[in-house]
Amino acid sequence: MALLEISSLGKSYGKAEILKGIDLTVERGEILGLIGPTGSGKTTLLRLVNLLDEPSTGRILFEDREVSGRPEREKLSMRRKMAMVFQKPVMFKASVEENVSFGLRMRGKADAEEMRVRTKEALAAMGLPGYESRDANTLSGGEMQRIALARAWVLQPELLLLDEPTANLDPGSAASIDGLLQKLADSRTAVILATHNMQQCRKLADRVAVLQAGRLVAVGKSEEIALPW
Amino acid sequence: MRALDLIASRDPQVVEITLRAIFISLSSAFLAGVICIPLGGIIEFRRFWGKRALINLIQTFYSLPTVTVGLLVFLLISRSGPLGGLNLLFSPSGMIFGQAILVSPIMIGLTITALAGVGSPVRDTAKSLGATEMQIIITVIKEARVAVIAAVLLGFGRALSEVGVAMMIGGNIRGYTRVLTTAIALETSMGNLELSMALGIILICISLAVNLLLNRFQGRQEWRS
Repeated sequence: MALLEISSLGKSYGKAEILKGIDLTVERGEILGLIGPTGSGKTTLLRLVNLLDEPSTGRILFEDREVSGRPEREKLSMRRKMAMVFQKPVMFKASVEENVSFGLRMRGKADAEEMRVRTKEALAAMGLPGYESRDANTLSGGEMQRIALARAWVLQPELLLLDEPTANLDPGSAASIDGLLQKLADSRTAVILATHNMQQCRKLADRVAVLQAGRLVAVGKSEEIALPW
Repeated sequence: MRALDLIASRDPQVVEITLRAIFISLSSAFLAGVICIPLGGIIEFRRFWGKRALINLIQTFYSLPTVTVGLLVFLLISRSGPLGGLNLLFSPSGMIFGQAILVSPIMIGLTITALAGVGSPVRDTAKSLGATEMQIIITVIKEARVAVIAAVLLGFGRALSEVGVAMMIGGNIRGYTRVLTTAIALETSMGNLELSMALGIILICISLAVNLLLNRFQGRQEWRS
């Protein structure tokens, strides 16, 4: 059973058709590279999977359960098995520790000590030990992106959605994020990595799905894929 | 010079009027804040028919003449009014109630603007990290806290400097409902210009302090962002 199964998925805003007839599966522990030029619909697809938006057509099965059209309470419980990192990470006006532990606090399951320990571990894994008390909004772009990754990683999600996590970073910071993603590749978390960088896909992804103008034009091993642009 | 002497010597009448004015205006700003901040949140976060028209109406009420609010509240709490049984007329409680109504549109409107200014990336981030709808609202209010505090401070400033509600609802009773603005109006009409000047200087100083506080909050916010 695939962790995520998408069939005939479509999304329109008014007359603009952003996604058309998407069929895709993601297995547990797999890293799927979602590659496509700007405006091809990568972010829209990730938002639909994360249940931030409702699809116009088609369906999404997560852990073999239909997710679209469900009441918000059910969507919330499914959303809590995923985490998404946006292209431009938003830092809440708080310390790094409060930012990283945000999702844990929302779930209310971990006590203060456990949250502190998990936050510390996540920050160490992202190469930011000792950053707990720093103001999150005073960090550099690369550091913010790593905090956003730590914030998602600390939740130990079944599915991690990454929307061009290195797009706005300098080469050094991007390489450091790639190293962190490599660590994720060794964990049991499934990852959808949206990017327009084929090199990054080849380095990190088990499979690659190619989006062009809202359509999925190819899915396969990265070495088998030839980009149409 | 006599006006400055009255302030420097902490004239009992000046001190008493000042403290009462601050207490009544702070109480009305607090009361309005407790009601208007959540109300502003509900209006901003919910989708309903006529939302835009309601926001326009609220913004129109920003400049509602204080005497009009005074008249409406007077009709509401006078003996024959629907709230006549509460005996609020010519009391500090009545003034707090009236001033809270006066500053409510400003507080609701500025809260809506503050929350709208936080933007959807914050809401999306909170949602994607598993926040419930209520947790998202609380997160957004926390993110907009400086602007929300500014709304409360502006409400306090408007309550402190208004004269219509204080005069019509409080009645300017010496030692009971007399506040800075009503005392200035009365003392000026009686030709007691030194006391009027002293109270006027204090009123300006408080307004200045509120503005400085507001700028400090906003300055810190800009520095952080």
